[in-house]
Amino acid sequence: MHTYPAWKMWLVAVVLALATLLALPNVFGEAPALQLSRNDRSAFDEPGQAAVIGLLEAKGIPVDASYTEGDRLVLRFAKVEQQLAARDAIQEGAPRQYLIALSQVSRMPEWMRGLGLKPMSLGLDLRGGVYFLYEVDVKGAVTQLLASMERDYRTLLREERIPFVGIKAEGDDAVRIDLRTGADADRVAAALRKQDPNAAIETDTLGEGGSVTVRLRPEQIKQRQDFAIQQNITTLRNRVDELGVTEPIVARQGVDRITVQLPGVQDPNEALRVLGATATLEFRLVDEQGDVMTAERTGRAPLGSKLYHQRDGRPVLLKREVIASGEQLVDASSGFSEGQPAVYVKLDARGASAMLETTRQNLGKPMAVVFIEKKRITEAEPCNGVRAGNECTEEEVISVATIRGVFSSNFQITGLLAGEARELALLLRAGSLAAPLYIVEQRTVGPSLGQDNIDRGVRALVIGMLVTFLFMAVYYRKFGMIANVVLASNVVLLAALLSFLQASLSLPGIAGIVLTVGMAVDANILIFERIREELRNGMSPHAAINAGFEKAFSAIADSNITTLIAGVVLFTFGTGPVRGFAVVLSLGIVTSMFTALVGSRSLIHLLWGRQRRLETLSI
Amino acid sequence: MEFFHKKTSYPFMHTRKVWYAVSAVMILVSIVSLAVRGLNFGIDFTGGVVLELNFPQAADLEKVRAGLEKAGFGDAAVQSFGTSRDVLVRLLPEEGQDVNVLGRNVLAAVQAGDPGVELRRTEVVGPQVGQELAEKGALAVLFTFLLIMAYVALRFQWKLGVGAIVAALHDPIVILGFFSLSGLTFDLPALAAILAVIGYSLNDTVVVFDRLRERFIAVRKGTPEQVIDMAVNETLSRTIMTSATTMLTVLALLFFGGEILRGFATALTIGIVVGTYSSIYIASATALDLKLTARDLLPAQREKGAVDDMP
Repeated sequence: MHTYPAWKMWLVAVVLALATLLALPNVFGEAPALQLSRNDRSAFDEPGQAAVIGLLEAKGIPVDASYTEGDRLVLRFAKVEQQLAARDAIQEGAPRQYLIALSQVSRMPEWMRGLGLKPMSLGLDLRGGVYFLYEVDVKGAVTQLLASMERDYRTLLREERIPFVGIKAEGDDAVRIDLRTGADADRVAAALRKQDPNAAIETDTLGEGGSVTVRLRPEQIKQRQDFAIQQNITTLRNRVDELGVTEPIVARQGVDRITVQLPGVQDPNEALRVLGATATLEFRLVDEQGDVMTAERTGRAPLGSKLYHQRDGRPVLLKREVIASGEQLVDASSGFSEGQPAVYVKLDARGASAMLETTRQNLGKPMAVVFIEKKRITEAEPCNGVRAGNECTEEEVISVATIRGVFSSNFQITGLLAGEARELALLLRAGSLAAPLYIVEQRTVGPSLGQDNIDRGVRALVIGMLVTFLFMAVYYRKFGMIANVVLASNVVLLAALLSFLQASLSLPGIAGIVLTVGMAVDANILIFERIREELRNGMSPHAAINAGFEKAFSAIADSNITTLIAGVVLFTFGTGPVRGFAVVLSLGIVTSMFTALVGSRSLIHLLWGRQRRLETLSI
Repeated sequence: MEFFHKKTSYPFMHTRKVWYAVSAVMILVSIVSLAVRGLNFGIDFTGGVVLELNFPQAADLEKVRAGLEKAGFGDAAVQSFGTSRDVLVRLLPEEGQDVNVLGRNVLAAVQAGDPGVELRRTEVVGPQVGQELAEKGALAVLFTFLLIMAYVALRFQWKLGVGAIVAALHDPIVILGFFSLSGLTFDLPALAAILAVIGYSLNDTVVVFDRLRERFIAVRKGTPEQVIDMAVNETLSRTIMTSATTMLTVLALLFFGGEILRGFATALTIGIVVGTYSSIYIASATALDLKLTARDLLPAQREKGAVDDMP
């Protein structure tokens, strides 16, 4: 008979019970679902939920489950057809009220959801989706800062009535003001200091009236760059939200990179367009006096006007003054007006008062809406507008309409196709990017490949486990069966930890689980071999068991630590799927040590520990 | 069931010179091949475009190649991927080319030839990202070595430590040599597998060393060669069992895990064989030839004396 502390057996029991509970959500699989959020981001209350479900009941679409998650309403369906039909029904029955995203959610029962349990979070290579790695043009952000300083200085010098020849950026980090004769450089410096007491100002007497140069300080540059990245992350997040993707990831990576992961997105190009583009609107009056035909022929517009083209190619002259532009926009949404796709626009106070003034004075006259889109292109790509380096600016008049009444902050724009109206509203809402972005890495995994990857990984895991089970049972008989029970509980424990930590599981991650299965039995093998050895040396079975566990311990600990070192290094240096592998490998080592040392010992004690006379061991 | 019913006593160390030669040849061939042929790096490291396509019927590789050539992508590598319906297209970026545009154009070219083709996966990696991943990978290998060396130095006597490190260096070189000779794509998962192999191989070595230490202290008679043979023989059953179970699961990955894990599973398969071999014939044998004796492993009595002598 040998003794083993009862608390360790209880510990094993409690850990296993807890692990089983945590791992349980993974066995239910996923079902198609819709995730609704309200346009104003308010939470769904009982009547709000009932209203949506009422729409579906009216159409006879069965809902498997409905519940709220944060400010989202999740509706689960049995089939994809029902999911799509439900989306159409909601869009039709309650237009422009919800953002609807298609997704997959776990089929686990309600009480599990209530406990906050979650299945493992699958990586993009398993569930399909798009991955982008953006590099933020931090230099561009500084250039933008210099440009805004230029504008500020111009205003400042005009206000102070200091004559100057020109103001322009010098190098990557300075703005130079060339003064006219009679201007006092020191007064300029004083005025600039009043704006920014820490400004690094150099004055020079060269040139007509001397010059003043303001140089950016290193911390200013760093601050600006950080700001640009932060700002871009916020904007990208807004846009991703607008895309209606569930569980997206937008995060900074390293110094100047941003990763965007969009599970479930199939068309990277559409996502790219929305993420990378900047679009804005301008409202201008039409110049009715000017001769459009002459302007079109000569390419020169009359003074105070600018030549534009409408969507059908017809030329139109617009006044240079902008009544209001996208910057004054507070909100935008898309919908239908008299059967036509429309963008509903809301302006801020300044835009509204300008609009009110203009419409009052120009009743009956035509006003145009100009759509301006800036996008980054390469040399090979065509640009239908003005090309400046890698940036292409396309301007297009989307509608010319007669002002029929006075309006100010709220109005609608027509003249777009339905898809365009949606995209424009989205871009207007999501704000603009603070610095140019470039894509440096892009990965897309189709949904069928994701499912195949899961199937393959699971098949390899099942086959690997079965073969190992068989091998251990044949070689170590009853002790082999103990090792198998321990191995199975090791996989449960690993699944529980991965579910609990919500670390994203990738295909290499599954490979890590498979590898762990093979390596985890090592601890048991070490123990069993040692027990056999002690039995051969003539020890009694109970003593052999004790000696086996004791003597094998140092080898088990030492050997696992070396693998753990490799795992931790991989985690530190790896990104994406490789990191998933590192997590699984490292966790697997920890769980396998626990199950082999404490778990199998408890089981052995339970089976043989209380037999006073134990002649042989089935090992 | 047991492989060895009685205690085995194979004279492992006796033939070590032969195995030194075998290892030397393997290492030499690997290094020469790495120098001459290099590695067939995946786009993780080089940057570039990979498209995985699925055709509704068996794919006509020649047609795909012709279509790509017509669109100006004559240097695209087109190969079947797992099944006859799956095709992998790989393109390296030229200087100054935008890889995103490249990806879009390649897809358009393939779809022009066969509209029914399904795009299973695209990967577009900028050259600078590839460069960084390669640097990070090299750093990861370096750090693994440094940390493991530190651990081994702390845990074992230096002669054993040198043996462990030599074995740990031996294994990745042979794996890289295999990748170089076979032209198999070396990608990020394959690199991860190499790091796992370093861990695994050391795991094996450490188990043998652990026993070796025990035996040297317990068994006072016999030459170091006999004691090492004894330790290796005593752990032989375990070494074979663990290698076998790990090998079985890795083979399951190799055969059922799909093309994406091919490099990963291959690196592990070779790594397990080489790692098992090297823990016996490289790690232990090196320690023996560094004149490891029982005195090296005895608890530090002499050192204690030395400390006492100090003023």
